[in-house]
Amino acid sequence: MSCISPEGKPTESGSKMLHALKSGLSSPEEIAKDAGLPLFRVRSGLRELAQADLANQKNDSYEITEKGKELVK
Amino acid sequence: MEEIKEQVISLPRLGEPAPAFEAVTTHGMLKLEDFKGSWLVLFSHPADFTPVCTTEFIAFAEIHPELQKRGVELLGLSVDSVSSHIAWTRNVEEKTGVKIPFPIIADLSKDVSTAYGMIHPGQSKTETVRCVFIIDDKQVIRTILYYPLTTGRNMQEILRIIDALQTTDANAVATPANWKPGDMVVVPPPNTQEMAEERVKQGYECVDWYLCKKKL
Repeated sequence: MSCISPEGKPTESGSKMLHALKSGLSSPEEIAKDAGLPLFRVRSGLRELAQADLANQKNDSYEITEKGKELVK
Repeated sequence: MEEIKEQVISLPRLGEPAPAFEAVTTHGMLKLEDFKGSWLVLFSHPADFTPVCTTEFIAFAEIHPELQKRGVELLGLSVDSVSSHIAWTRNVEEKTGVKIPFPIIADLSKDVSTAYGMIHPGQSKTETVRCVFIIDDKQVIRTILYYPLTTGRNMQEILRIIDALQTTDANAVATPANWKPGDMVVVPPPNTQEMAEERVKQGYECVDWYLCKKKL
């Protein structure tokens, strides 16, 4: 995983995406712009965050979960 | 009698959708569709820790900012492992100061290299040759280049092709031999006699009705 380390902690890019989600951004395009990451990295990273139950996917948008919020306190 | 079944995989061709993939890369698991909306240069190299490939990776890293200006992402591929890719790119950075900013597919299963026809047994049965697939923002293959194992690629030509394709798309024109940005472009040839007669009166620089150029 590129967003979550083997220890279960968000990497630098994972953390940026979680912060963007926590601030209310939801689309990969918005998050890429906010986090300063390439769109392909964000699309892939959001899938990983969803697989790790740190984000929920609804169609093309995402929202942070309670578990995700705990990681970016 | 035992029936022998052979799976025939058709190779990608220009103007066709790029074969979809999901692959392990140095930037995590990536799908082709993750690049939708951007242009993509997907390229293969024979092996990590080899001399020509090292010069190419440095050269690809050097044109990365120019590609970004054109809305183009880079994605490398070889049949080496992710650990090998990471070790090699860290070594390149340590020895040359050049950071490799783009992901590299670790195609150990050869799924992606097979789908894209990157293994040419006449050159090597185990390594990918030097392929370049230029894929547009709609994920259609626009250019395919194949280079032999012994010949490093020309980055300026890759940039030139992207400039030509994007200019063609934006302006409905073609580009002549050795064209570079700023040069005159070719106006599509007329399809009817009437159009041919009108063409020579339109103020283009014409050799004859079928070869007219204009400035953009």
